[in-house]
Amino acid sequence: MSTTGKEPVAVVGIGQTKHVAARHDVSIAGLVREAAARALADAELTWADIDAVVIGKAPDFFEGVMMPELYLADALGAVGKPMLRVHTAGSVGGSTALVASNLVAARVHRTVLTLAFEKQSESNAMWGLSLPVPFQQPLLAGAGGFFAPHVRAYMRRTGAPDTVGSLVAYKDRRNALKNPYAHLHEHDITLEKVQASPMLWDPIRYSETCPSSDGACAMILTDRAGAARSPKPPAWVHGGAMRSEPTLFAGKDFVSPQAGKDCAADVYRQAGITDPRREIDAVEMYVPFSWYEPMWLENLGFADEGEGWKLTEAGVTELDGDLPVNPSGGVLSTNPIGASGMIRFAEAALQVRGQAGEHQVPDARLAMGHAYGGGAQFFAMWLVGAEQPGT
Amino acid sequence: MARYAREVAVVAFAQSDHLRRTDELSEVEMVMPVLHKVLAATGLKAGEIGFTCSGSSDYLAGRAFSFTMTLDGVGAWPPISESHVEMDGAWALYEAWVKIQTGEADTALVYSYGKSSPGSVRDVLTRQLDPYYVAPLWPDSVALAALQAQALIDAGETDEAGLAEIGARSRASAGANPHAQLSGAVAQGDYQVAPLRTGDCPPIGDGAAAVILAAGDVARRLCERPAWITGIDHRIEAHSLGLRDLTDSPSTRIAAEHAGVFESPVDTAELHAPFSSQEVVLRKALGLGGDVAVNPSGGALAANPMMAAGLIRIGEAAARIHRGESDRAVAHATSGPCLQQNLVAVLEGDRA
Repeated sequence: MSTTGKEPVAVVGIGQTKHVAARHDVSIAGLVREAAARALADAELTWADIDAVVIGKAPDFFEGVMMPELYLADALGAVGKPMLRVHTAGSVGGSTALVASNLVAARVHRTVLTLAFEKQSESNAMWGLSLPVPFQQPLLAGAGGFFAPHVRAYMRRTGAPDTVGSLVAYKDRRNALKNPYAHLHEHDITLEKVQASPMLWDPIRYSETCPSSDGACAMILTDRAGAARSPKPPAWVHGGAMRSEPTLFAGKDFVSPQAGKDCAADVYRQAGITDPRREIDAVEMYVPFSWYEPMWLENLGFADEGEGWKLTEAGVTELDGDLPVNPSGGVLSTNPIGASGMIRFAEAALQVRGQAGEHQVPDARLAMGHAYGGGAQFFAMWLVGAEQPGT
Repeated sequence: MARYAREVAVVAFAQSDHLRRTDELSEVEMVMPVLHKVLAATGLKAGEIGFTCSGSSDYLAGRAFSFTMTLDGVGAWPPISESHVEMDGAWALYEAWVKIQTGEADTALVYSYGKSSPGSVRDVLTRQLDPYYVAPLWPDSVALAALQAQALIDAGETDEAGLAEIGARSRASAGANPHAQLSGAVAQGDYQVAPLRTGDCPPIGDGAAAVILAAGDVARRLCERPAWITGIDHRIEAHSLGLRDLTDSPSTRIAAEHAGVFESPVDTAELHAPFSSQEVVLRKALGLGGDVAVNPSGGALAANPMMAAGLIRIGEAAARIHRGESDRAVAHATSGPCLQQNLVAVLEGDRA
């Protein structure tokens, strides 16, 4: 398999909505249009410059609209154009960006709008995820009920002290204060408040869980010629991959799934990364429950097995640490589920474009966007850099 | 063949028998035999496939993330490179074709499935409409298709007898298709929603399909006569029916132009036209003459498993090329009310 013939792909426009608990002021179409229009404005392009639209979101039951891309075609300027709808559970925002990126890389289209959204206020996500299915293991009460035992398994396996989860939440919520688009802006946050918050799914506390948000995120991806015309610095895609494994089988390691390891290894191979801890400047990681930061640090190869929590505890993942994780505030501060993965990808791109504002990591040259979904079985990742690959 | 970076072909196709009800089967149980059949046709194992992509709908399954369980049926261990579209499997095939074009994969497994039997599919499909202005009125899919059929009749493009012929021809052709749900002499029946009668409407049923794609020499190795995808494109139109001329399908025409349909004649057309009236629209958009074999499989009027029926059109067209019954075929898939979104692929066999 040769990948040498691929067209380099650049991110030249990024747009987000302000993420909030309920956007009563806009329809679903209004919400997505807002993000898309901001991405176009950022790229200084118009709807006519877009060759195709790739849209993603999590389950249709969250808004109660079956295949909403059909209804959204008009709002996204897609009439007369190709429009694809990706759905890979929680990783969908990342996968959607990768499908769009492949359209450019394959030279099928030159400039593609990709967008992911969720308007969770239209329903109740926790119960939307908890529909009972005959003869299958129930997801318990929402995602927290599913993931809590795996967090407990991580703690037992590594001997991590039970203070680590609250450190992550405290860090991400403080980072969110620097991000104007973040949903939760808890100006009075303290570590003590996180630690005193109610236990929801032992060992996961209320302040260690993600909120339910309304929001959308959009990116404009383009080829070399498009990047050359870009008014602002592009972010270049250095590698991207998806990996999936089954939900339930005897050999599955829920603490550190093989699909996550394989996905990261593929991305590093594409980007020529041999030491991710030293070579990558910032990580936007999918951390819906605080303990997933140390878990994914190990899964993604930033720390040896059993050592992830030590990086968190030592402050390495703080905004001013040497491997900042979730400078935007992450999923813990903003979670429009279907968009959350794309926000990670877009925030990584913002970092290497030097456009992350107050939550900018100084001189970030290479950043990772990461997403996962399902029963920790679907993974999507990309690495973006300030330089065009191969130069 | 110079249109794209790589030559890609459909090298194998399999489908289930399409049935009115499959209460005794889970989706996994419905999909697994089809996956085994299509892999067996090439001798490939799931772990040897470069990329896997599927299409399905949570709304038919009645639960969120329904596709996660069917993935278990693929046997995704060790982990695989995989994706899913909440669309007909024809669009999953498109995503897989793009993946092969990037050079990141040489082979792809594409599958899709849908069970319409657990609920009322006419009601379910109303949830596909504009959620603020149209869906609350619950206009069902047959009523919307009837609006389109009446517009065609009013425009003098067809009449009820012409529509009846399409239904009768489709089910007669389906006599040679062992997987079809309806075949032979099916009564035209009473009006469902005038001017559409039972015979103008698709059967409601459950089914699954799978295709294997391969690039260049891999395709030649896996298949005696690969069905090369020499063009593929898809386009969408405005959602609101009031913004469209229902007697025409500009999105099909644009997709066909980009896929190269009009560059030389086709001998076969597999059209995803769930209603007889929609075949009239598609024939016009694709410029199909009377010499083209349209829906020799029986088409969607003989079996219309939601989310798989479009992929089946590509599979049926490819299978005719594999068997030497076609040299250049056009395959079409649709989605949305009244042909809102359309995909067109051109498939060609090597000439002797």
